[in-house]
Amino acid sequence: MSDHEQGGEEARAEDERARERVPEGGAVDPSGMGPEVKQSILGRYDVAQKAGGLLAPVLTALLAFFIGGLVVLVTTGSNPLTTYRAIFDGAGFNWFFPWVTGLERANAASNLQQTLILTTTLVLTGLAVAFAFRCGLFNIGGQGQYIVGAVLAVWIGSSFSGMNSLLHILIAAIAGAICGALWAGIAGFLKATVGAHEVISTIMLNWIAIWVGVFLFGLGGPLQNDTQTYVPISNDVVEGARLPVFWGDPELQGLHIGFFVAIGALVVYWLILNRTTLGYGVKAVGFNPEAARYGGINVSRNYFLAMAISGAFAGLAGAVDVLGWQFRLSTNDIQGATIAFVGIAVALLGRNTAIGVALAALLFGGLLTGTSTRNLDPEIFKPELASNLTLLIQGLVVLFVGADVIVLWLLARLHRTKKHARHEAEAQTP
Amino acid sequence: MTSVALPVAARLPRGLRAVAWIGIALGLLGAWIALPPISARSWVWSLVICLIAVMLGIGVIIRGERRFGAYAVASGVLGFALAFSATLSGVGKLETVVVWSALLASTLRYATPLIFAAIGGMFSERSGVVNIGLEGMMLTGAFFGILGADKLGQWYYGLLVAIIAGGLMALLHAVLSINLRADQIVGGTAINFLALGLTGYLFIDIYGQEGTPTDISSIPQVNLGFLDDVPFFGTVFGHLNLMIWVALILIPLAWVILFKTPLGLRTRAVGEHPKAADTVGISVYGVRYGAVVFSGMLAACGGAYLSIGFVNSFNENMTAGRGFIALAAVIFGNWRPFGAAAACLLFGFSSALAQRLPEYSDSAAVLFQALPYVLTLIAVAGVIGRSIPPAAVGRPYKKS
Repeated sequence: MSDHEQGGEEARAEDERARERVPEGGAVDPSGMGPEVKQSILGRYDVAQKAGGLLAPVLTALLAFFIGGLVVLVTTGSNPLTTYRAIFDGAGFNWFFPWVTGLERANAASNLQQTLILTTTLVLTGLAVAFAFRCGLFNIGGQGQYIVGAVLAVWIGSSFSGMNSLLHILIAAIAGAICGALWAGIAGFLKATVGAHEVISTIMLNWIAIWVGVFLFGLGGPLQNDTQTYVPISNDVVEGARLPVFWGDPELQGLHIGFFVAIGALVVYWLILNRTTLGYGVKAVGFNPEAARYGGINVSRNYFLAMAISGAFAGLAGAVDVLGWQFRLSTNDIQGATIAFVGIAVALLGRNTAIGVALAALLFGGLLTGTSTRNLDPEIFKPELASNLTLLIQGLVVLFVGADVIVLWLLARLHRTKKHARHEAEAQTP
Repeated sequence: MTSVALPVAARLPRGLRAVAWIGIALGLLGAWIALPPISARSWVWSLVICLIAVMLGIGVIIRGERRFGAYAVASGVLGFALAFSATLSGVGKLETVVVWSALLASTLRYATPLIFAAIGGMFSERSGVVNIGLEGMMLTGAFFGILGADKLGQWYYGLLVAIIAGGLMALLHAVLSINLRADQIVGGTAINFLALGLTGYLFIDIYGQEGTPTDISSIPQVNLGFLDDVPFFGTVFGHLNLMIWVALILIPLAWVILFKTPLGLRTRAVGEHPKAADTVGISVYGVRYGAVVFSGMLAACGGAYLSIGFVNSFNENMTAGRGFIALAAVIFGNWRPFGAAAACLLFGFSSALAQRLPEYSDSAAVLFQALPYVLTLIAVAGVIGRSIPPAAVGRPYKKS
């Protein structure tokens, strides 16, 4: 962080303290946000972001991990630190340590590839939630958008064998993104025209997508595979439509180029929000739709576009997954996939910023990989337990982001103790 | 054609709604005559009856009663579609699939967990707190119900433990959304994640890969012996689970509480206009806490019915979206007890039918599962009358 920014941070903290000093009617506001609480969720997070900067999300994650560790300790008696260390290794993060060599390094590389594959998906599903958030919408339907994207991509990817490889991949991926955009667009359209709450409509769209997907690939379904009529699974994506692997063994799920798609998506996200009129409109509506309307911004149009762009990210995630490493979709995949829900936690922890989403996606990607049955050392901690521990930590992260005032309160306490120390120091040196 | 319907609509003494109801009933009748036991083999009669239903519906819509009129039109159209498809299938097959008594009994079984959660969700939303965590609270109830029944030996202890656990989950949601004024959707999402992780974790930790034992005390059936000789009612109502009866009693009870008691009035006031309620001395926080915790307890009852009343076992994420269907039912039923319960029964019926449809085609049965969600989407889209939520739902209230 540069000096200039640090100065800004100080000034804001000073502002916070100034507000704290004037309690209204004697009541101390537990949030430390002053008497005027902004109603919009985005407004609240904006306050949180300004007050806490990088510290608040880090504190949130630490709190979640701390409580998760307590659960481990209480229920199994294992040392939480050893467990987290095993998860860390399982996620392949030890690859970054130069002293890890030989076979261990090869293992770490393979694990890290797994982590980054999931990070790719999580960045995209996280952006799907984050972009809508910036417009004041809660896109809980990433799941449905992910599924429709995956379904279309797997269909295109498994048909048209013999097409030019690059063209095939592009068509499949773009079609997946468009399909996701349209699916989310339904919710955006309903929000824009009749004001139907996007949370309800996206939840409904999730389940419709799930059942339609199960119908398509299920027994007797129109897109079920041609060879095994008793297995509810799609056809395999043909070789030509698979994303090339640039790190690791393609046979053992190496890291595919979808990783760069995710990085590109992050850049696009940042560009749209910060360098385009569309992004300006979206953010304006997100902060205060009434003021935006008064300012001449077409709120309905922004609602629709924000949902559609969100859906495009999620649809792309589905497409990248099936073209990159899954290569087929079974009805179990469709019903059991939760990756888009993790996207909610990613976006919330990442405070809806591009860099935050990237880091949070890496964290959750590592957690998911590190706790999988395949990667976690079963002697240290039961992987089946650990995968639920991941869910628990996700829940706690969302909980603490939701209860931002708890984190803010902790931060305020930290500030206050610092201030106290300074005051005392000043008092002692007259 | 509407000129026929209009005078009829005008002449009936009990207003437009009565006409709409007749239309709805006619639509159902049109479908029914094509199904066993009558199994009319020609679709002409159904067409005539359903057309009348549609006309009545249109007439009512023109006169201004949009919601019920649309219901009548939908009933007529769907009724004919059902009748037409029934005439295409063989009578033998039809008779194995459409066994009314068994279908209704299983409708009740599927609808019961939904009714508990939906009534709970309705109270929460009526008090102004969106409860998207119903799914998680249900799952909590399902797990702790079976845990309690297993460790304490009796099903009623299990039910009690479930209610306490669900209430605690809801208390967390209440603290988040009432005192901390967190975004209620974020809070609910957190509850869902937490419940999934917590129950999954404890389930593996306690029961491991073998799963729950098979000899757990379960919620008993109510055997009405005297009904056994009555042909139709005996099969439907003779051997229902205790919780199904509780759910059926809960519906009118919830209506009485919500619309006929001071408590219900307060709940609605707090959900519509918290400031006004506060001004007249109602504790907004108190009422909201009560409603949210109550909703968690009821959702947990629904979950406990699933685990120790219906399937007698637990597995990870066993509620599988039922909490969300319940949420849909609350909206579909326009935040009213009978409406929500009717929606639950409709959704339960579609589950029961989906269970039997594989007789025809596996894939069609799967597609049928999406029906409740499509209906709810249409309902929130405002095609059949707008669903109007409580005015203050989702907004934290700040005491001044």
